[in-house]
Amino acid sequence: MDKSESFALGLSGLLLAVFIIAILYAQFARNIEIPTCITDVEPFTTDTLFQVGEDEYELHMIARMWAFQPSEITLPVGSKVHLYVTSPDIIHGFKIENKNVNLMAVPQAINYISVTFDEEGDYFFACHEFCGAAHHAMAGRIIITADDEAQATGGQP
Amino acid sequence: MTDYVMKIDKSSKYLMATLLIIPMILMFIGVYGGLMQTLFRAGIVQSDPFMGPDYYKGLTMHGVLNAIVFTTFFAVAFGNAVIPYALRMALNMTWAWVSGILMLLGSVLAGLMIYMGEATVLYTFYPPLMAHPLFYIGLVLLVVGSWIAFFNWIPMYLRWRRENSGQRTPLSVVGMFTTFIVWFIATLAVAVEILFMLLPWSMGLVDEINVMLARTLFWFFGHPLVYFWLLPAYVMYYSYMPKLAGGKLYSDMAGRLVFMMFIVFSIPVGTHHQYMDPAIGAEIKFVHGFFTFMVTLPSLITAFTLAASLEYAGRKRGGTGLFGWMFKLPYFQKDKWLFSYLITGLIIFIFGGISGIVNASYQMNTAVHNTAWVPGHFHLTVAGPVLLAFMGMSLYLLGQYLNKEIKMKGWSLSVPYIWMIGVFTFSWGMMRGGLIGMPRRTNTGATYANPDSALFQPDWIYYIDLSVVGGVIMTLSILIFAIVFFTTALSKQREGEAELTFPVSESYHDEDVSWLRNFKPWIIAAIIIIIIAYTPVILDVLAGTYGGSPTYSPNSPVPLR
Repeated sequence: MDKSESFALGLSGLLLAVFIIAILYAQFARNIEIPTCITDVEPFTTDTLFQVGEDEYELHMIARMWAFQPSEITLPVGSKVHLYVTSPDIIHGFKIENKNVNLMAVPQAINYISVTFDEEGDYFFACHEFCGAAHHAMAGRIIITADDEAQATGGQP
Repeated sequence: MTDYVMKIDKSSKYLMATLLIIPMILMFIGVYGGLMQTLFRAGIVQSDPFMGPDYYKGLTMHGVLNAIVFTTFFAVAFGNAVIPYALRMALNMTWAWVSGILMLLGSVLAGLMIYMGEATVLYTFYPPLMAHPLFYIGLVLLVVGSWIAFFNWIPMYLRWRRENSGQRTPLSVVGMFTTFIVWFIATLAVAVEILFMLLPWSMGLVDEINVMLARTLFWFFGHPLVYFWLLPAYVMYYSYMPKLAGGKLYSDMAGRLVFMMFIVFSIPVGTHHQYMDPAIGAEIKFVHGFFTFMVTLPSLITAFTLAASLEYAGRKRGGTGLFGWMFKLPYFQKDKWLFSYLITGLIIFIFGGISGIVNASYQMNTAVHNTAWVPGHFHLTVAGPVLLAFMGMSLYLLGQYLNKEIKMKGWSLSVPYIWMIGVFTFSWGMMRGGLIGMPRRTNTGATYANPDSALFQPDWIYYIDLSVVGGVIMTLSILIFAIVFFTTALSKQREGEAELTFPVSESYHDEDVSWLRNFKPWIIAAIIIIIIAYTPVILDVLAGTYGGSPTYSPNSPVPLR
């Protein structure tokens, strides 16, 4: 192996090391997480939204052919949401616009992520896994409002 | 040094013609499907005159024909040419024909099921969407056919090693064996998925299927699949491109090291397609991400080695200065038309590789998973270096085996450049759209790109339109290629007998290292890493799922039975 070759190899290794450190930094210093294996929640068949603390909510969402339940959720600014998702039929998935939320909804399994909404606005999401004939019409949105009077809505209380 | 010339017998000629021409026609059909998809997505058409109004049926056809059928056929056809040529041995034609016929039968069966609307499950065929059992059987036949082709080469290799002890195996043979070792290990998982899960379930022998387990087995196969596509192109880059450019391969050892690293790291990486999945622990997902970075290493080495080889060639052709050599390469030389298919692929792959590292980057995957970014990315890989190298080499082999002069060389030369403009435009639209949330695998024309729909997303329109412009340019390029291909195929034969020759490169650094001589230690390392990487994944999936799913058709939310 000549000099320039080992230099290139070292540089490539360094590049990858930087990437891996960036991932670890995001994980441990910025707490940006990805879904993991959940074994303490059984698959649910009704969608629910309930408050679990000040500005903290738990949302059980069902992605089914061809709608999200609930498909429209209203929450106050600053809400932290524990989002659980499952599917009663086939695989679905969605990514919430402008947020670090991207989940697959797989039947007989529970997916989870927590997310905090610090800015008001409409957060659109569309089903992003092919789920049959009306897949392209399966969408929803989360409305984050600064209105103090507004109630958290979406799903069964 | 003149290249070795191998005589081509009748049987080899007809087999090669079959393995090249029929998949090429299927590929053209798939490309037509691809064009239709861009038009559907933009809302320009609501129905396809051949495939009907179902976007997803066409999408399944596009994925299966272009990404699975065309690529597998080419890899087998290329191996059937490279291995006898490089080892200077005859191929066992009986098994070669058996392999080809099984593959054809399987492809036609799977294609027919898709066409009949019995397998609208996309090329990932995730359950519990169910396809007709014959679709799965078709895929099995295709895979088994490719295995037989591989098994047919193994005794040749072993005999060569016995008769030439102490000599290095030709680099092209190392590359083709790497391709099929990765393919064989990876397809074992999908064989388990199909034979023990999907097939009995679709035939009604069992009622339910574990969706997460099937999905995980699919991705055990699904990511190494991309290296199966890429590696034959690497064989051409390492073995032939330096000579076509007028130079030498910078380092023979680098090539061997790269192939061995692909054997070790190609497979324990599949879970990076499932970062956003439930029922798999985040820690083991990170481990798969780590191994994915490891498998970028051979591609980074390749980037260096090929650039160094091209620089050597450019300087020999009179290039001076730091970058002057770049302008001296035979980009537009008619007699070196094959070079244009390889160099454009490499340029496209720079961007395919970078976007691939983004996908693999754990949390960053959240921003791109299942958005239009993903097809934007993989059209820069499988529809970049892979497609262009496969098209160029198909035309080259067609000329050699059928003993024909390549017609319209100037037009042929233009194909990869037009394609490059098209695929960059297309992928730019898809990737940028993906970053603002546009989903992949979605008929946006019906809703999100339709101003009359309540779901209309005006921000996406510009990017969707870019993908149409790109798609039209790409189709134009393929149209020119089809004309060149068939004009050559139907032209008059040259005088004399058909002969096969490849522009095999010499090496600039020709270091011989004993630890890169045998596949065995690398295969054992691969198996150990696969066990380490996949045992926790399978255990998580079994612990995190609560039962099975019945069968569904794409047309109803009610189970079929």
